[in-house]
Amino acid sequence: MKVKFLGLCVVAAGMVLLQGCSGGENIRDGDVPIDDRSIGAEGQGDAAYSEGGAQSSGVEMGSEFAGRPVEELLNDPSTPLSKRVFYFEFNSAELSAADRDAIATHARFMNEVRDVTVVLEGHADERGSREYNLALGERRAKVIERMLTLQGVSQDQIQVISFGEERPQAFEHDEESWRLNRRVQLLYSGY
Amino acid sequence: MILNRNAVMKFVIRSMATLLLLCSWQAQARLVIEITQGTEGALPIAVVPFGWLGGADSRTDVADIVAADLARSGRFAPLDKGQMPQQPHSGKEINFAAWRAAGVEHIVVGRVQSRQGDERMVEFQLFDVVRGVQMTGYSIPASSPRMRRVAHQISDIVYKKLTGQRGAFNTHVAYVTVERSGKESLYRLSIADADGHDEQVILTSKQSLMSPTWSPDGERLAYVSFEKGRSLIYMQEIDSGKRELLAEFKGLNSAPSFSPDGRRLALTLSRDGNPEIYLLDLRSRALTRLTHSRGIDTEASFAPDGKAVLFTSDRGGKPQIYRLKLENGRPVGRPQRITYEGVYNARAAFSPDGKRLVFVHGDGKRFRIAVQDLESGTLRVLSDTRFDESPSFAPNGSMIIYATERNRRGVLEAVSVDGNAHQRLGLSRGDVREPAWSPYILK
Repeated sequence: MKVKFLGLCVVAAGMVLLQGCSGGENIRDGDVPIDDRSIGAEGQGDAAYSEGGAQSSGVEMGSEFAGRPVEELLNDPSTPLSKRVFYFEFNSAELSAADRDAIATHARFMNEVRDVTVVLEGHADERGSREYNLALGERRAKVIERMLTLQGVSQDQIQVISFGEERPQAFEHDEESWRLNRRVQLLYSGY
Repeated sequence: MILNRNAVMKFVIRSMATLLLLCSWQAQARLVIEITQGTEGALPIAVVPFGWLGGADSRTDVADIVAADLARSGRFAPLDKGQMPQQPHSGKEINFAAWRAAGVEHIVVGRVQSRQGDERMVEFQLFDVVRGVQMTGYSIPASSPRMRRVAHQISDIVYKKLTGQRGAFNTHVAYVTVERSGKESLYRLSIADADGHDEQVILTSKQSLMSPTWSPDGERLAYVSFEKGRSLIYMQEIDSGKRELLAEFKGLNSAPSFSPDGRRLALTLSRDGNPEIYLLDLRSRALTRLTHSRGIDTEASFAPDGKAVLFTSDRGGKPQIYRLKLENGRPVGRPQRITYEGVYNARAAFSPDGKRLVFVHGDGKRFRIAVQDLESGTLRVLSDTRFDESPSFAPNGSMIIYATERNRRGVLEAVSVDGNAHQRLGLSRGDVREPAWSPYILK
């Protein structure tokens, strides 16, 4: 369960001092081993990220996140930040109003903690063609990326990766599995 | 020598265990073909077991392979060996009256002669039983390990002679297999003969492999691999295994497809914001962007003359097939929408004669394989399953292979273009998907 998480830590480790590598509830089975997880040749955001060099583990006073360490915030199931998987209808990239509210909270959080980065993993269910689904997964992740950047989050804090239908969360060939598989997962580095 | 009973039992049990182990290993590495629906009006033919002259051999059964090839095409109904009135090995041994009485219209006879070492000479003749005359006959030199290939060549000759159409038996299929064990998945990119034999794994990865596609000379495959954590396009020489990273742009790198002259690769990149079709010149590495829409444009596939690409786009709301004309690798005019029936049409490919296209057709409930005539626009659904994907034409246009799901497993199926003959290629475990039928093999 922790494998992906550790992988992200390795990627980020050269850039910023991290608080730790434990926890994370949206990580699922069957993920990549550490050394396979690289962000790619044109990985975004690394430069700005390392220049900032901020190692804030807490948040400024006066905000909704006031005075709480980032790690604790992200692991607190009572805040909207704990919602890090967003589901979609078939062949759709539209989010519900509740999801948009949760994403707005993520945006405020990322605006305050400028050294936090997130990978938006887009996924699709198995129906239809694989290549189209790869594009559909990206479209879903980019809808969330756009919401975050429109609310001020730096492009450098976000990376979009689509896996299309290649990494299902549920393996049955039925509506319930398809619903769980049409998703975007927010994976914060290091938390 | 007296053996104690216990020791014998132990030996037997150990042998059986070894045998089982061997069996499971073999089963894993082999696609099994099963003909699920034959054709009415298939031509009655007899392929008589070939004679062997000069010594024993591994005895690759040439006649069995030819008969199985012809049966799979749906155009022929080979006679069972048990019902053959005689087993002639040459023309002068044939009793035509006996074969006419057995209802056979054509007969293939042949013999294999051992020469030095591995060398063989395979001779065969095809006869018209009704008229009692030879239609064709060849002597083909071959080494013993190439006997299956020779059998497929014989099938090609017989098929051409009797149907007028070039045979596609001496071809390959590339495909991806996935085996899950616990939290790990193992992906293999493999190539097998079109009859499922002689599988060769060309790449193994713990990350997804997708979209294998053949170079027009049949010597390379391009595909998508997630080995670096996201979708990138690679090209690999089949014989040497040498591979090359072709596309690692920001965003998606997906859906590669070679131009018919092998000089360019159509591909999908989202480096400019959303998925668009580009052409990559394989020599200069120059990129030309072909599409400009706010929707998803992907799954490009060239016309056989290289003067157009088909692609999937949801610029109109839902995924549909579009065609864009090309001149010297540059787009001409605007893309034209080709499909109007159904709510989801994707992953199109031209037939080798360029007159039809095959694609995944979604009617709101199922995703099936359909063929559409380009000129008339007439669409015909060829499959009857729910989750059909990745259709690919045989190079002679006679059959289409595609991936589907049976009993919750990924399998490959092939269907004749008229929809009459069906066959299934399944693995004993794991899933198999994304078949790509090779071009004609020239070597």
